[in-house]
Parts: sequence; C-alpha cells; structure tokens
Amino acid sequence: MTDLSNEAPVFDPTDFEALARTQDANAISRPSLSYWQDAWIRLKANRRAITSLYIIIFLLLFTIVGPWVWRIDPAIQDLDQISQPPGTDRSAQIVEDYIAWDGSTDGGSGLRVIGDPNSQAVRLTWDMLENADGHRIYRNRFPVGEELAFGIPLAEYLDNNIVTHEDRLDVRPDTYFYTVVALDDRGQTTDNFQTIEVEVERVTTLAEALERGLIDENSSLQVGDSINLEAHPLGTDYLGCDMLARLMAGARVSLFIGIGAPTLFVLFGVVFGSVAGFMGGRVDQFMMRFADFVVALPFLLFMILFKIAFGIGPGESGVLPMLIALVVLMWPATARLVRGQIIQIREQGYIEASKLLGASTPYLVLRHMLPNTIGVVLVTLTFEIPRVIFVEAFLSFIGMGVAPPTPSWGSMSNEGIRTMLITPHELIFPALIISITVLAFNLLGDGLRDALDARMRNQE
Amino acid sequence: MWSYTLKRLVQGIITVWFIATATFFAMHSVPGDPLLNDRAMSPEIRANLEAKYGLDQPLFTQYVVYMTNLVRGDLGISFVHENQSVNDIISERFPVSAILGILALFIAAIGGVIWGALTALYRNRLPDYIIMFLVILGISVPSFVVAALSQLFLVNVNELAGRTLLPVAGWGSVLHLLVPALVLGLSTMAYLTRLMRSSMLEITNSDFVRTAKAKGLPPARIFTRHQLRNAILPVVTVLGPQVAIITTGGFVVEIVFAIPGLGRFFVEAVQQLDYTVIMGTTVFYGAFLVVMVILVDLIYGYIDPRIKLEQ
Repeated sequence: MTDLSNEAPVFDPTDFEALARTQDANAISRPSLSYWQDAWIRLKANRRAITSLYIIIFLLLFTIVGPWVWRIDPAIQDLDQISQPPGTDRSAQIVEDYIAWDGSTDGGSGLRVIGDPNSQAVRLTWDMLENADGHRIYRNRFPVGEELAFGIPLAEYLDNNIVTHEDRLDVRPDTYFYTVVALDDRGQTTDNFQTIEVEVERVTTLAEALERGLIDENSSLQVGDSINLEAHPLGTDYLGCDMLARLMAGARVSLFIGIGAPTLFVLFGVVFGSVAGFMGGRVDQFMMRFADFVVALPFLLFMILFKIAFGIGPGESGVLPMLIALVVLMWPATARLVRGQIIQIREQGYIEASKLLGASTPYLVLRHMLPNTIGVVLVTLTFEIPRVIFVEAFLSFIGMGVAPPTPSWGSMSNEGIRTMLITPHELIFPALIISITVLAFNLLGDGLRDALDARMRNQE
Repeated sequence: MWSYTLKRLVQGIITVWFIATATFFAMHSVPGDPLLNDRAMSPEIRANLEAKYGLDQPLFTQYVVYMTNLVRGDLGISFVHENQSVNDIISERFPVSAILGILALFIAAIGGVIWGALTALYRNRLPDYIIMFLVILGISVPSFVVAALSQLFLVNVNELAGRTLLPVAGWGSVLHLLVPALVLGLSTMAYLTRLMRSSMLEITNSDFVRTAKAKGLPPARIFTRHQLRNAILPVVTVLGPQVAIITTGGFVVEIVFAIPGLGRFFVEAVQQLDYTVIMGTTVFYGAFLVVMVILVDLIYGYIDPRIKLEQ
C-alpha cells in the first residue's frame, strides 16, 4: 500500500465547474416494451417452451389439415390387413376368382394341403385316422404342444368317408397349425391326432382389386402377378382400420375436448371470479361457498355420474355430455384464482385514480382488471388442457368416455391394451401421442408462467 | 382452535349434504328404467319391486326418505346384487382401496421428498437432469399405460426368474400390493418431486441457511435440520388434495391389476346401472374426502404454527 498522506491532492479548477445539462442523460437507452412483447421475448429464450409450441402447432396441423392430406376414412376396415404393425409386407398375389372345391384330392398320404394355401381358402385332406368314428378339425396359431392345445374347432365330421375340409373362416396371411383329431364312438376326442403347419399366403382377385381401387380398369395385371395392398404407414388396428387415419380422427375428439372444455370453463371461471371479487361482501362469500361445494365433489365419480345422467343415445358420440360435465365440474379453480387477483387489483392505486376520474364499473373491470389477470388466466388455461386430455383418456379407457365407434386417443389405448403382447403398436401410437401432447402443453405452460407472471415464476 | 374445528365440521356436513343432493338428482335424471332387465315381469312383481325401492313415491318424498336413511347411515340395497346392502359392499371393498391408497401415498410422499431433495442438492448436474426427466415422464404418461407396461415388465421378470417373484395381478398378499401402489403413486410422486425441488431451492437461498453456513455448521446438519425440515412444509400442504386424487384415482390401477377394491366395483356398478351402489359410493367418497381435507387442514396447525387456522 502506498502512503497517500504524503502526496498533496491535485485538483484542477475545472473539476469544480458545473456540467452542462445534456438531454441524453435522461434518454431511455432501450425501446419500451409492452407486456406482451416482453413476455414473447422471454418465451423465445426458453428453448423447451418454444419446442413445445412447435409440437402443439404440428399437432393442430395433424388434426385439422391431416385428414385432407391422408384421405383414408378411419371407419373403413381393411379385412386383409388386420392388426398389421407398420412396415409389414403388404404384397398380395392375384388369383382366380373363388371357385367352390369339388373335393378332389391328390394321391398323397397323411394330413396335407391341396393346392396353394392362401387367404381365400385353405383346403385340407387327410387319411382316415385309426379307430376313428369321425374327425374334428382344429386351427391354432401355435404348435399343439404337450398340453394338447388344438386351438379353435373348425368342423366335425361324424362320417369317416369325409376326409376333406375347406377352411374359409377368416383366414389371414399367417402361420397356422391345423390338427385333425379322431373321435370315438360317442363323439369324444381321442389322443389320436395329426397336425400340420401351414403358411398362408395373402391373395386377392382382380375383381376385388378393382373394387378397392388398387388397379384401374385397363390395367395389364394378370393372375399370378403380385400387387401392393393399401398402404398403412402406422399399421392397422384389430378391426383393420388405418391407425394414422384413426389417430387423426381421435385427435379431433381428444383435442376438441382437451382445448374446448378448458376454454369454456376458464371463461366461466373468469366471469364468476371477477364478479365475486368485484362485488365483495356477502355476494362474494356466497359465490365462493358455492365454488367450495363444487370443489368438494369427488371429481371422477361425478364425471361418470354426469355422463350417465346426460345419457348417450344411439348414434351419438358422447362428446357433448363430456364437454358439459367437464365445464360444470372444473370451473372453480379458475374462479378462485381470478377472484384473488381481482381483489388484489381492486386495492391498487390506479383503480382509485380511474374511479376518481369517473370511470364506470364495466370500464374498470374490462379495461383495468381483466387485462391484468389475463396472464394468470392464460397460464391456467395451458395447464388445464393436459389435465382435461388426461381425464378424457382416462374416462374413455374405462369405457365411460366417447362412445364407440368414435375414436379418441383414450379409447384407442383401451383397445390396444388388450392385444398389447401380440400387436404392441396398437397401444404404443395412441399412448405416445397422448404423452407427447400432455408433455408439450405442460412445458409450454411452464414457459408461459415464467414469461408472463413474475409472481408465479419458478425458483430457477 | 375449537371454534375453528367446529366451524369446519359444520361446513363439512353442509358440503356432504350438497354432495348427497347433487348425487340424488343426477342419478334420478338418468334415462332408462332401473327395473328393466331381461326377465319378463308381471305388473304385480313390478309394483312390489317399485315399492321395495320406493320408486312408486313422488320424487320429493323419495328424496326425503333417501336423506333420512342417509342420516341414519343407511345407503340402501343394491339393485343388481340382490339382498346385499350398499353398506356391506362398501365396508367389504373400501379397506382394499384404502390400503392401496395409503401405501401409494406413502411411497409418493417418501419418494417425492427424497428425489426432490436430491435434485436440489445436485442442481443442474447429471442426477438433477435424470430425475427431472423421469418426473416429466411420470407426469406425461397416462396411468393406464404405466400400469400395462409394468405388468408386461413383471411378466418378463417372472419369466426370467423362472418363478413368480411378484404376482402380475390379483389380491391377497403384501407382494400383490407393491407394484399397483407404486403405479398409483407415480404421478403424485412426480408432482411432489417438482414441488420439493422448488421449495428446497427457495430454502437454500434463505437467510437462516446462510446464517447456519456462516456459523460453520456441518453441511449435513444444515441439510437435515434447516433445509429439509422447512422444505417439507409445502409438500405436506398439498397432501390433502392428493389423498383425494389417489383414493379416487385407483379405478385404472384396480381394473388393470384386477384388485377387488371399491373403485373397480364402482365402474362395474356404473356399467350395470346399479343405482343405489352408484349413489352410495359417490356420497361415501365425497364424505371421505371432506373428512380428509378437514383433517389435513387441522394437522397443518400443529406442523407449522405460522399457518393461522382462522384464515
């Protein structure tokens, strides 16, 4: 450290002259931002929120524009491609139109297939089994195994002379295990059986292909050529409906409820809450007590109760009753929030000033109070949307939601969960899209809260 | 304190009355005929049945009878399960749901506090990112998907082990409880983890923690005595409503895991239009929730003297 006391301070007379008053000392260096501009800048800085926003826009496009791009009717069943995962081979061989089997067989022995086994028909023949008083034919998708699981019985012939069977029962391109079991004199099955593995090929006829619009009339395709059946980018469900088309149709229902219901009940909550908050006193107490009662209702039970109380007539989708039930039960949270905000704002100085200037009540509410609550309301709305989507999915899952055949993501998951082990894609796609939607709205809500409302801002 | 308790009790009774009334009128506006089933019925039998259930009375009389019975604690007789009273059904089924719900809440609360504290400790480091990612998954994936996937996982685990380590579905032993309770508590756990995290971060920046550090207290002691104890308070405050969500949210878990609880029975009753069971269960759950919320409110006063019960 240097010793400062030894050095005499050097001051210039100019140091004591008054500075000239300049204009730019007062200038505001940054342009003034409105509330919304500021919020938008904050939101843009939040990468997660912006990504979520893009996802939501994509989902809306998927819902609204999607059906114009992918013009497959979600209700049409493609019976040749049932429960097909995406990316399965969809080629089919063109064969002659179906001709009834005359029962002619070849000279082979044992249980065997006559002709090509295809999705039109599988023709079986066998030699009479030893000590048989008749035969029963079974079909299974798995080998017979130790526990003698034969599968579904197809036919029973109590006449030993009939040793042929034509299987046309919903034959799919798959591997089947056919079993013929000898019956005893009382018609009971015995241990005596033969089994055969059959690989079934997918076929179609020219007439059928023409009807389904796969070829046009002057097509040069011949019997024996192979063509591609309808494309299903995300596969098909257990009824052969196109998954992509159904997801789009389901999105209409799920997002309509998921966005429509919160918009309605948040609006109602805003009106209810602002009236209660503005009136104050007994009116406020009475209104809020009523809101408390509605909150106390066990939510999911009352959702179900209202749903059955409204009733779903034949041919109705049940979207409207669900919407009404959601609005009736979910408004109090917003009402409480808005009331609290209004009460806070009511005491602010600028309200007093406005009153002194002679502002009328509607002007005060519409011009000063509601615009100041809109940030909170918007955040609430964004958080209520995923909640409602969940509720809809949950109700459709337990069979209390929209009525079939109207698809919704929840009811699609419900259908998919039954065949989860064999065809997981029927569960994965609807479950995935629900999760992504809920996630996107939640993250956007977080971002909006951080951007719009300093009081609710996260401690991050 | 006592006057507050009394006030809350009176409010609670009025709320239960409101719930019962809403249930009664909602149920009586259900379209369809409660006595219509596939059996042909002579007018005499029909008249007798209507008399048995009081359906021959005017609506208001029915309401008065229903309310009088309710005050006596009588919820009526089931329409579908003949000669079984709703009280019996509830007392048989509810303990199952309650055990499941309590265990789920327990798992959720413990897990939420631990994970939340961990994320705050390792803020903006790998454990924080991993846990918060799992939390976001827990909030975004519907419970029925989680339930189905966990069943699938159990099947595979049991197959690998060659014996049944944990049963996939059903009810009976403690082992049957574990996975359903975990699935049921998962979303609540995720929610509590988030809450705990932000509460921990807030506490970490508070004056008394800085003082404790300045005093030279060991970090472990600051963590347990100063941070954790204060950060838990907001978690306790939301447990009341979460009790409600968990006990009534058990439908899916009970259905998927084939647990004979009240939630599954309620869904079955709705499908069979068992009027009295639907009404009884709804009123019972409503009353249960009201009691739980009041209880939790009263407990706050003990845990955190700063919260004034009069408010």
